[in-house]
Amino acid sequence: MRDVAIVSFAQHSQRREDSRNEIEILLPVIRDALAPIGLKTQDMGFTVSGSTDYLAGQAFAFVSALDAVGPWPPISESHVEMDGAFALYEAWVRLQHGDIDTALVYSFGKSSPGDVGRVLALQLEPYLLGPLWPDAVSLAALQARALLDSGKATEKDFARVVARSRRNARSNPFAQLQGDVDEAALLEEPLYADPFRLHDLPPVTDGAACIILAAGDRARELSDNPVWIKGIDHRIDLQAPGSRDLTVSPSTKLAAEKVGIPADVDLAEIHAPFSSQELILIEALGLDESKTAINPSGGALAANAVMVAGLQRFGEAFNRIQAGDGKNAVVHATGGPCLQQNLVAVLEAGK
Amino acid sequence: MSEPITGITTPIRMEYRYTPGTATSLFLRAMKEGRFEGRRCPSCQKVYFPPRGGCSMCGVEFAESVPLKNTGTIATYTVVNVNFANRTVDLPYVVAEVKFDGADVTTSLLLKGVGVDEVRQGMRVEAKWIPEDEWDFSLANISHVEALDEPDAPLESYKDAI
Amino acid sequence: MSEEVLSAPHIMEFPYTRSTGPVVGAFLTGLRDQKVLGYQASDGRVMCPPPEFDAGTNAPVDAAGLVEVGAEGVVTSWSWNPVPRDGNPFDRPFAWALVKLDGADSSILHALDADRGAISTGMRVKVRWAEERVGFINDIACFEPA
Repeated sequence: MRDVAIVSFAQHSQRREDSRNEIEILLPVIRDALAPIGLKTQDMGFTVSGSTDYLAGQAFAFVSALDAVGPWPPISESHVEMDGAFALYEAWVRLQHGDIDTALVYSFGKSSPGDVGRVLALQLEPYLLGPLWPDAVSLAALQARALLDSGKATEKDFARVVARSRRNARSNPFAQLQGDVDEAALLEEPLYADPFRLHDLPPVTDGAACIILAAGDRARELSDNPVWIKGIDHRIDLQAPGSRDLTVSPSTKLAAEKVGIPADVDLAEIHAPFSSQELILIEALGLDESKTAINPSGGALAANAVMVAGLQRFGEAFNRIQAGDGKNAVVHATGGPCLQQNLVAVLEAGK
Repeated sequence: MSEPITGITTPIRMEYRYTPGTATSLFLRAMKEGRFEGRRCPSCQKVYFPPRGGCSMCGVEFAESVPLKNTGTIATYTVVNVNFANRTVDLPYVVAEVKFDGADVTTSLLLKGVGVDEVRQGMRVEAKWIPEDEWDFSLANISHVEALDEPDAPLESYKDAI
Repeated sequence: MSEEVLSAPHIMEFPYTRSTGPVVGAFLTGLRDQKVLGYQASDGRVMCPPPEFDAGTNAPVDAAGLVEVGAEGVVTSWSWNPVPRDGNPFDRPFAWALVKLDGADSSILHALDADRGAISTGMRVKVRWAEERVGFINDIACFEPA
């Protein structure tokens, strides 16, 4: 295996982008990612993006978005209809081929133009599940109820996750929801999508992110402190939510085993759009909350641009390792209903 | 009724509030006022009409608006002979890629008043607008283009747009 | 909203037609005839709805070998949907439920017509059949307390 590192990251997220379209949101993000390493799109060995056209309601929106990278003269390029974290996986695999040394990964998602809960129903099995139009919140709430019924978590645990997210997000300029909140006060709020209260849900966010990867010595040339991807793997669970135990995440657990999570991991950036999911994932990743800082950025509960929030987990972990907040990190990204697909990576500082 | 089920229909309907973005909004506002307005890339200097988010070759935001003329050159074209749903024009007809004077990219428009065997690359044309009281924030304010009584433009003037 | 930037309603519709394949077709044919079918997997568990491939062996499921399960069962999880959407079984706030039908070991998702306060995991429910059945998941109108 070739050593691959993250050498640059840029992002944008905010509640609602009324003015700019997807290309206009992406343009400065990609420029900001390229600027610190002094390269342009044509210098990249490979470019890959993650997004879904249903968010904007325009077929082949991902092709239009390529305008934002300046793809002329022609570049080597690919796309996944998934979160940008899975595009990063493709870039990592591409770098393993050995014939290129750099890759640019980006993702974008305007969640606000439509009903994002309904948009996500379009990723369901389309014969027996899709025609009922169960929205993403309702499905995650079924999972949360199963977790409560199992006795493995309580509503207090949900509130604790939310309070930690809000508290951690105070230092994240890209967070939408942040602040000092009292766990007891959270529990006094009315139930919304029972068993969820509104604060158990992620905000609706528009955003974009860009990460640049480089292999081996090229990474050392481009950055004084590259952050190395020590392992990366992704796995999938059964599609039908009713055919699996929703209180556990076997695919996350298996991916974590393949990656090998260090016992002394300093921080974790976990892509859990719903409070209950963070608890399931902490268990699946085998993390000890007393030793590992969970979602120091606030996670997806603080800002959740669909198709971007997973890639942002990589970027947030990269930023914190570069800032010296930790020597290593576990990164997780998810897709599909009720944590169906899961990606796990370990990042580490080092020359 | 007792036949086994082999197929189903699963229609989807999604509602959005669409925003065309900053550059395209400027273009559409100009169309509403009966003006052709392109946007110039500060890097390669190409003028886009209509503009989208940014220069699709350089990957940079547009810098300035550029007023364009109502006249242009057919860079290339196609003759439509095949029927399809929602067709509103009698067959056969010509769809022309028109490079308006001052622009560097082409726009697809219907060509009228020229036989399908008379149309040619380099032909000079003029945009015809729908009645002013019907103007909207739309490229559809241009109903079609018609030929100008001018000599054909040289290939050099439009070859980069093909 | 910026005054310079426009916005407009945008509606996207696709009239998708799908071939069901043998297993989903048999399941939907069963619903039309007021029968719920499941698949006894290689690990012995009965999966309802039936998968198209066995999760243990990856072998294609033989539609002829599907088994009938009960039209009554037990709620394994449920959630409240405060925002009904186009295409949902109800146009008012309602519950979703995962229901393990008698004889099955997995759960099927559908709406549950019951007051929020009367719902609990473990409660017995039964299929309410649609009056007109056409071979579609909505041939089950919803579940209701048994």
